[in-house]
Amino acid sequence: MAAKKAAKKPNVSGEELTEYYREMLLIRRFEEKAGQLYGMGLIGGFCHLYIGQEAVVVGLEAATEEGDKRVTSYRDHGHMLACGMDPNGVMAELTGREGGYSKGKGGSMHMFSKEKHFYGGHGIVGAQVPIGAGLAFADKYKDNGRVTFTYFGDGAANQGQVYETFNMAALWDLPVIFVIENNQYAMGTSMARSTSSPDIFTRGEAFGIKGEVVDGMDVLAVKEAGEKAVAHCRAGKGPYILEVKTYRYRGHSMSDPAKYRTREEVQRVREERDPIERVREMLLEGKHASEEDLKAIDKEIKAVVNESAEFSKTSPEPALSELWTDIVA
Amino acid sequence: MAIEILMPALSPTMEEGTLAKWLVKEGDEVSSGDIIAEIETDKATMEFEAVDEGTIGSILVAEGTENVAVNTAIAVLLGEGEEAGAAPAPSAAPAAPAPAQAEAPVAASAPAAPVPVANVEPDWPEGTEVRATTVREALRDAMAEEMKGDEDVYLMGEEVAEYQGAYKISQGLLDEFGNKRVIDTPITEHGFAGIAVGSAFAGLKPIVEFMTFNFAMQAIDQIINSAAKTLYMSGGQMGCPIVFRGPNGAAARVGAQHSQDYAAWYSQIPGLKVVMPYSASDAKGLLKSAIRDPNPVIFLENEILYGRSFDVPVMDDFTVPIGKARVWREGEDVTLVSFGIGMQYALEAADKLAEEGISAEVIDLRSLRPIDYDTVLASVMKTNRCVTVEEGWPVGSIGNHLSATIMERAFDYLDAPVINCTGKDVPMPYAANLEKLALVTTEEVIAAVKQVTYR
Repeated sequence: MAAKKAAKKPNVSGEELTEYYREMLLIRRFEEKAGQLYGMGLIGGFCHLYIGQEAVVVGLEAATEEGDKRVTSYRDHGHMLACGMDPNGVMAELTGREGGYSKGKGGSMHMFSKEKHFYGGHGIVGAQVPIGAGLAFADKYKDNGRVTFTYFGDGAANQGQVYETFNMAALWDLPVIFVIENNQYAMGTSMARSTSSPDIFTRGEAFGIKGEVVDGMDVLAVKEAGEKAVAHCRAGKGPYILEVKTYRYRGHSMSDPAKYRTREEVQRVREERDPIERVREMLLEGKHASEEDLKAIDKEIKAVVNESAEFSKTSPEPALSELWTDIVA
Repeated sequence: MAIEILMPALSPTMEEGTLAKWLVKEGDEVSSGDIIAEIETDKATMEFEAVDEGTIGSILVAEGTENVAVNTAIAVLLGEGEEAGAAPAPSAAPAAPAPAQAEAPVAASAPAAPVPVANVEPDWPEGTEVRATTVREALRDAMAEEMKGDEDVYLMGEEVAEYQGAYKISQGLLDEFGNKRVIDTPITEHGFAGIAVGSAFAGLKPIVEFMTFNFAMQAIDQIINSAAKTLYMSGGQMGCPIVFRGPNGAAARVGAQHSQDYAAWYSQIPGLKVVMPYSASDAKGLLKSAIRDPNPVIFLENEILYGRSFDVPVMDDFTVPIGKARVWREGEDVTLVSFGIGMQYALEAADKLAEEGISAEVIDLRSLRPIDYDTVLASVMKTNRCVTVEEGWPVGSIGNHLSATIMERAFDYLDAPVINCTGKDVPMPYAANLEKLALVTTEEVIAAVKQVTYR
């Protein structure tokens, strides 16, 4: 099954396209800045960048309504920005400062926002999958019509708890969308070397869960698939699987030399399939925006990202007394 | 404005590296994402990308240079219309803040040890009517009362609904509350523990029954990494109000995989509360408190105690606070500290010792996290001797921890070393005679008391 493309002449307004462009660009510039701050020693530990995968979260967020939930793995900066969390708070968490979403106590992999219904940021591969089904369990229990987007990677798709969760999500008709962000590499192990069948989206079949594969470099295709999945869940038909084919340009984390793939492979994707470039071209060709308009957006995004970097440097480190708070409620 | 390109740190521990190769030369235009250099760390050769766009004005560190410190300017990037030689922007001098000197020992560790005072208030008012109740009934009643009072409380686990509980703890709950709130799961501990944790993040108050705690090892990542740590990792935003309960420790003749006491394991984890009741009143009062608690609570029961009867007060809403020990028996010569089924041996030993004229004070910890240190210390300061009793293994046991605490805070009061009576340091054998030998016994407790009282 080929990855589903968006309709040739997409039914999308210039404003919407511009918005997707802006959101994807924010993630990319934010991540580039995070990489830079890491290089300067301001961000420590593990830092997993989302560059290349921007269309996945931006497309799916376009299919959500207020109150819908999301949960993901440790590669989480893009998800937070896409659901409307404040770049300052995210960047300041990366630098471990008081102004961060977790007061500097969580770090890159552990951030949350109840207000934006973002339930983390989880550092254990696959652990967010039952958690996501649990969020959906709560929505069903409360009968509130909400759905949960549970993101995980092609690597996590080999964890046992994913299939335990598929079974119960189907058994109990939980309103959860399992989004498999297939960026082709589980850290340094390619799909071919880790995954017995190449079509991860079919792995729900044994449980009666519908799945489809989507071109994750095409924000409109992702949005379309997201809308379909959301409609399925809201209609009470249980879980849905979207395998979104995407690509990460950077290493697994900052200290990954990425010797498991060629430079040409990365370069080819960047040149031929870049999700932001694709929307940029659509905007220009459709005469929705001029070069000047786009330059203005670039400038605006750069200012937001620079401000977040500035905030993340000037926000103080957490008070030493914070060591002992928030352990039990 | 010209921008300095700085030597990047490319791993959590990198302080310097080799600038192996430049992939651009002076005058080249670069845009963000272009690979401009290769840098060797102690572990690997990494590609280094441009973040900003512009023209490479000058290269400040030649390729092949070794030991280039992180944050050294290695090149200058010129903006539109700038010429080579333009003064670089002053570097932001970001250098990570020096780690604040730990003000050792940071707060919260004991401020100049106040004199511990035992909290001996009775669990219920004197004169309250009591009724003989089994631990099994007490647990059931606690769940039913809390489910009646709060729609968000639900019970999930293997065989909890239609089968009425593998050990009949949830008997009748399905009829009373329906299958929305009393939920049979497949045999899939890791998965359903995670689902319950997620539902707690979203505001429900799950009670997760493990058929036994041996099977909770399948789920321990969700219990510790997800349930216990999220409040802290979220800076206090998102707690996990959940109870994990079920039988723990040795039953009888079920062999090594089904006979293990997890008290010490879970008690080590910040973010969890851990309780292990002995009596029916504690089982009821503590389970009600656990269900209401906004934190994840590990509730360790014991199969052998399920059928045992104890007095339970007849009260509208009887609870026992988590973190408060109970003094079962007052005494002068030695303090026996135990919890869970260990209390059976401690109390039997105290009876027999009394016949020999040795007066033992017996304390039931009831809660293992937090531990009621003050009640234990106040008693040891009175008796000057202590023996701990538990069913779990000896290495890293609750008794070990209490011994250390007593040594630190009441050393001058001790007239003898503290002795820990524990299960033997072996997997549980099946053979009846060996199983008996592997468990802690009343005789061992008596012998330990005689040792510390020099009788």
